[in-house]
Amino acid sequence: MRIESAFHPHLPDGRSATSLHKLASLLPDITACAVIDVYCVDDRIQPDRIIDLVCDPVAQTGYFGRAARDTVLPEWTHVVEVAPRPGVTDPVARTLESALRRVGSNHLPDDPVPCRTALQYVIEAPTASLTTISACSKALYNPLIQICEIRERSDRTPLPDMYPHVEHMTIPDVQTVALDGLTVEELSRLSTERLLALEGAEMQAIQAYYAREDVRTDRQKHGLEAPTDVEVEMLAQTWSEHCKHKIFAAEVRYGDRIIDGLFRTYIAALTRELIKHRRDTVSVFDDNSGVVVFDEDTLVCFKAETHNSPSALDPYGGAITGIVGVNRDILGTGRGARPIFNTNVLCFGDPETPADDVPGMLLHPRRVLDGVHHGIVDGGNQSGIPVVAGAVLFDESYMGKPLVFCGTGGVMPRLTAGDPAWEKAARAGDCAVMVGGRIGKDGIHGATFSSLALDETSPTSAVQIGDPITQKKMIEFLLEARDAGYLSSLTDNGAGGLSSSLGEMARESGGIAVNLDLCPLKYPGLAAWEIWVSESQERMSAAVPPEHLDAFLALAERHDVEATSIGEFTDSGYIELEHQKQKVCRLSMEFIHHGLPRMKLNASWIPPDERGPWRLGETVAAGDRAGVAATSDTTGPGPAAGPGPAAIPHAAATPEIPATGRATGASASPDDPGVTLLQMLSDSSIGSREYLVRQYDHEVQARTVGKPFVGVEADGPSDGGVILPRHGSKRGLTVTHGVCPRYGDWDGYHMGAAAVDEAMRAHVALGGDPAQAWALDNFCWPDPVQSERTPDGEYKLAQLVRTCEGMADACRAYNAPLISGKDSMKNDARADGKVISIRPTLLMSLMGIMPDVSRRLDPAFRTSGDCVYLLGATRGELGGTTWDRLYGPVWEPSPRPFLEETAELYARFFAAAQQGLMQSAHDLSDGGLGVALAESAIAGRRGVHVDLAGVVEKRLPGERASVGGRRASRSAVVRPSHTDRLLWSESCGRFLVTVAPSDVAAFEHVLQDVAWARIGHVSAEPQVRVDVRGRARFDVGLEACVHAWHRFDRFLAGKEKRS
Amino acid sequence: MSTVCLLTGFGINADAELALAFRNAGAAVSPTHVSALQKDADLLHSYGILAVPGGFSFGDHLGSGMVLASLFRSELAVSIRQFVANGGLVIGICNGFQILVKSGLLPDVHETGEPSASLVWNDSGRFIDRWVGVRIDRPETSPWLSGMSETYEMPIRHGEGRFLFRDEDARQRVLDCGVATLHYAEANPNGSQDAIAGITDRSGRIIGMMPHPEAYLYPELHPVRRTHTSSVAGEPPILQLFRNGVAAALR
Repeated sequence: MRIESAFHPHLPDGRSATSLHKLASLLPDITACAVIDVYCVDDRIQPDRIIDLVCDPVAQTGYFGRAARDTVLPEWTHVVEVAPRPGVTDPVARTLESALRRVGSNHLPDDPVPCRTALQYVIEAPTASLTTISACSKALYNPLIQICEIRERSDRTPLPDMYPHVEHMTIPDVQTVALDGLTVEELSRLSTERLLALEGAEMQAIQAYYAREDVRTDRQKHGLEAPTDVEVEMLAQTWSEHCKHKIFAAEVRYGDRIIDGLFRTYIAALTRELIKHRRDTVSVFDDNSGVVVFDEDTLVCFKAETHNSPSALDPYGGAITGIVGVNRDILGTGRGARPIFNTNVLCFGDPETPADDVPGMLLHPRRVLDGVHHGIVDGGNQSGIPVVAGAVLFDESYMGKPLVFCGTGGVMPRLTAGDPAWEKAARAGDCAVMVGGRIGKDGIHGATFSSLALDETSPTSAVQIGDPITQKKMIEFLLEARDAGYLSSLTDNGAGGLSSSLGEMARESGGIAVNLDLCPLKYPGLAAWEIWVSESQERMSAAVPPEHLDAFLALAERHDVEATSIGEFTDSGYIELEHQKQKVCRLSMEFIHHGLPRMKLNASWIPPDERGPWRLGETVAAGDRAGVAATSDTTGPGPAAGPGPAAIPHAAATPEIPATGRATGASASPDDPGVTLLQMLSDSSIGSREYLVRQYDHEVQARTVGKPFVGVEADGPSDGGVILPRHGSKRGLTVTHGVCPRYGDWDGYHMGAAAVDEAMRAHVALGGDPAQAWALDNFCWPDPVQSERTPDGEYKLAQLVRTCEGMADACRAYNAPLISGKDSMKNDARADGKVISIRPTLLMSLMGIMPDVSRRLDPAFRTSGDCVYLLGATRGELGGTTWDRLYGPVWEPSPRPFLEETAELYARFFAAAQQGLMQSAHDLSDGGLGVALAESAIAGRRGVHVDLAGVVEKRLPGERASVGGRRASRSAVVRPSHTDRLLWSESCGRFLVTVAPSDVAAFEHVLQDVAWARIGHVSAEPQVRVDVRGRARFDVGLEACVHAWHRFDRFLAGKEKRS
Repeated sequence: MSTVCLLTGFGINADAELALAFRNAGAAVSPTHVSALQKDADLLHSYGILAVPGGFSFGDHLGSGMVLASLFRSELAVSIRQFVANGGLVIGICNGFQILVKSGLLPDVHETGEPSASLVWNDSGRFIDRWVGVRIDRPETSPWLSGMSETYEMPIRHGEGRFLFRDEDARQRVLDCGVATLHYAEANPNGSQDAIAGITDRSGRIIGMMPHPEAYLYPELHPVRRTHTSSVAGEPPILQLFRNGVAAALR
């Protein structure tokens, strides 16, 4: 039966207005739109019971057996009804069934009660044709996961009483996959056909394993011969780029050096070296997140993941599963940690891109933004985990694949049930228990899919919808089980599903035996391999000693959580699976975890003076240049000479100026820098995004002392989040980010070092202790493996090498261990015959200690007359900056930290912060000094008057001519003026701070020997005024700044058209 | 014996900080899973306060608070009324307020147990997290509000917080009884009728509100501390609410 529930016509529910807004741009003659909730329920249920549950009697009316639309919108012309496809998670239907079972007198049959839901859009568009409506309906649903019914008013065909379920199918038999005698080409073809994402050499290693005499004998003993599909799929999951990080593990030839694995060389070695001297770092690399000491009783952990490919296909589902997925990483750290904060850093194409400029199969960036945002709102808010820090970047290269970085931090006590909470070890004899959701066909091949480029053949089964409530219940259950001492080990089910979670845990005991028939399924008919690799959401895997199993399962029942023992951990050395009374998998642990052949890759760097500015879709040809980097005497301290930034080119080919257009940069720089300031403040990558962030609950759990908004009107930017991991203590934890993909256009080294610096700088600006911080690295790269499809793979790999070098140098200088990280290496899209590769992107996330949160700082100017200081040195570094993007190309070095200077400054800054000598502090980042001045003024609603004459300027190494003069011969690039450099350079390691006149002497005393300049004062006039040597360069009203600052908010709210 | 029976489970998520707010006010708190109370509603009578925290019970998938409101109506309302008649106090915050209103426990000025108001989507159509000022009128009508006559700052964090009367009669009755005691002091953030942020029943012993007093546990949690030091130093004034409740419950 069908029940419809509608808000009373005079009570628009928000969704109606949003839908009207979405449709209006496509359907100009639309006059009204209303949204109706549709519930399709098994006929055995009393309609009254449904109406009681779904209709608020004061605001809604429930309709049984007649159409709500006639009442809600009597003049309706069309209806568009959208329902989840069969098998796609429908959290609302799940809740309805659960509510029917749990609330009121229970007359429900024991078998599942089919419930389905749909949303009905009732449209009044008198002149629109069915064809037009059909085209427009695409804005309302995603055919990958939803089905859509459309009716004209004249069409009397009723809408369905029940939407179709997954058809019950017979269970497919386990197949064998013959590898014997296949050539490497045939093996590669097999890999492609089965979506295994394995290389020829990897397939050959598998072939060789099965050909081994000892393996044959052992298999025969167990009634197995040729490889089964379960085994091959498991190997593909476990060996996927997503799970094994093959590129970071590969041997890399770089110039005349051989790098023994990027991870080993730049990350693991560095961190091991740093934590030798730090007792506050507990667990790195081995677990689902890095674990460090917060105080004597509390540990904190932090992890960030990406969910790019799923978000490209279904932005809402991709983002929500990204968040709840990384929440599970925290829950699955040690024997369980409680998630206490979320972060998100989002990279999209320009949401103001004209629709025609978006290649066919890709979603418009605005749609991606809206969907991802909605997913974060639902995922975080419903889970009760505050979003405390993040960023949004717009860049045309992310049109191919959006980057969705989801981070989560958690706390755990040092000891639970008498043992260190961060330690875990499944023991032979422990029960293998699956906890949470059930297994369906959704999410099959997520791990292998994310290891491939996005194209027309991308599997839609990899798209999922998350259900935060199911997970929230599971979190509460598992943490209680942890404290009761029921768990030996715990991990999350993410990519690769059970094959990955149990495969990893089995390493602790030395083997596992699972009966796949015991796994709870959403519907029958799954093949054995599907059960084993499905990535269905909201599941954890636990190792429970048999003596605790009953108590564990009873506790699960009390929390309304499903938990099922499906096997036993062993020490057999094998993964053994049974299905339908048959052995279907027997794989040696040794082979699964150590049998993967190592890749050997070439990296070949082309220094900036042999390239021009990078442009979207452009291939940086490396093929005919291989080896140039190795003999780079002419390029100064380049890669061959070891780590270090690229030298400044002295002469170069003349690059072309890209075509005019906002996204590619290229409007002329305004003569009046005041106009530049307002243009920057209204830029989507700089201006306020309060519209987005206010929709995140950023303070549930009552821990968030440093919020996303600061200042008297609570609309100024903050440099990062500050939270209280432990109630009752004033010791705080900062959470900050560094991400500057455009700096990599010049040199990956700059991007790597500057990203670390940006995160550290923000931590310091908040008042954090620079000596107590930990970092996470998340790399998102276009495919860096040279091939026909990727002719510039060697160059992209060199960018990766250099980024790692820059990152490692900065982390070493700042004594910040890398405690966890991830990489996503195939962020390319192929559409309309073109490749769109993302800009290589490194996100650094950092958490650090703030000894006392009552000493925290924020950017808002406070009192007229306070002295304004610029700390740190300014250099001619406009390459890759906002100014470059808007008015370039300038083709000069991008910013990078001069680490000895910055490390010293940060220590002094912290000393001053501890003494309470500063009234406000803001790090300089995008938009440099000019934007920082305006942001602090906006936050404090106070004017400022500075003179830039005293700013400390330094030359770049090797820079010969005076600033601004050195590239006079390069007519095609834009030449910034000296004032442009002072105002808009994004040189690292700088802060804008204010100091009360009474503290000036003490403050300047603390800053001895580091670069600083007192440049002006907070003024009583509501003006942002900048002079150079007494001559006004601009004088912009505060109100104009505020208006520009909120332009992007107005655009997002639909109140202002594209600029 | 514990003073506060604090509901948990099914997606309630602001329970830990509400427990802290009560503990800091001197109460012993028993976090109690909804299903435990469902099994034995008489559990309630060993407590002085029933607290229904914020969150997303059942995901708010069928409308905010709808499933627990239905559960309250069909299985707990009789016990809760008895509990209040015997001197018990009830507080519902955010999702908890939505549950109390939709189950008919608030404002219940007709004393029929039928819902006479609701909380619907914010007029902006969006979830919002923002600090607001809340003005308390006639604090003498509720033991929760004794001596609280200022404007109190705390955050709202909701998508469905627009308070709405069933009809003009319900509204008039509430205004006549003087039970609409919490109002948004400045801009109305969600389009609530009469800017109502919270309300009590006629006895004053049941109170509900959309804003989150338990979110302001420490002075450092105020968002503009660094720019308005004078106004937000010292203990958050809104915590008086919890001290009042605990004092009344112990009496």
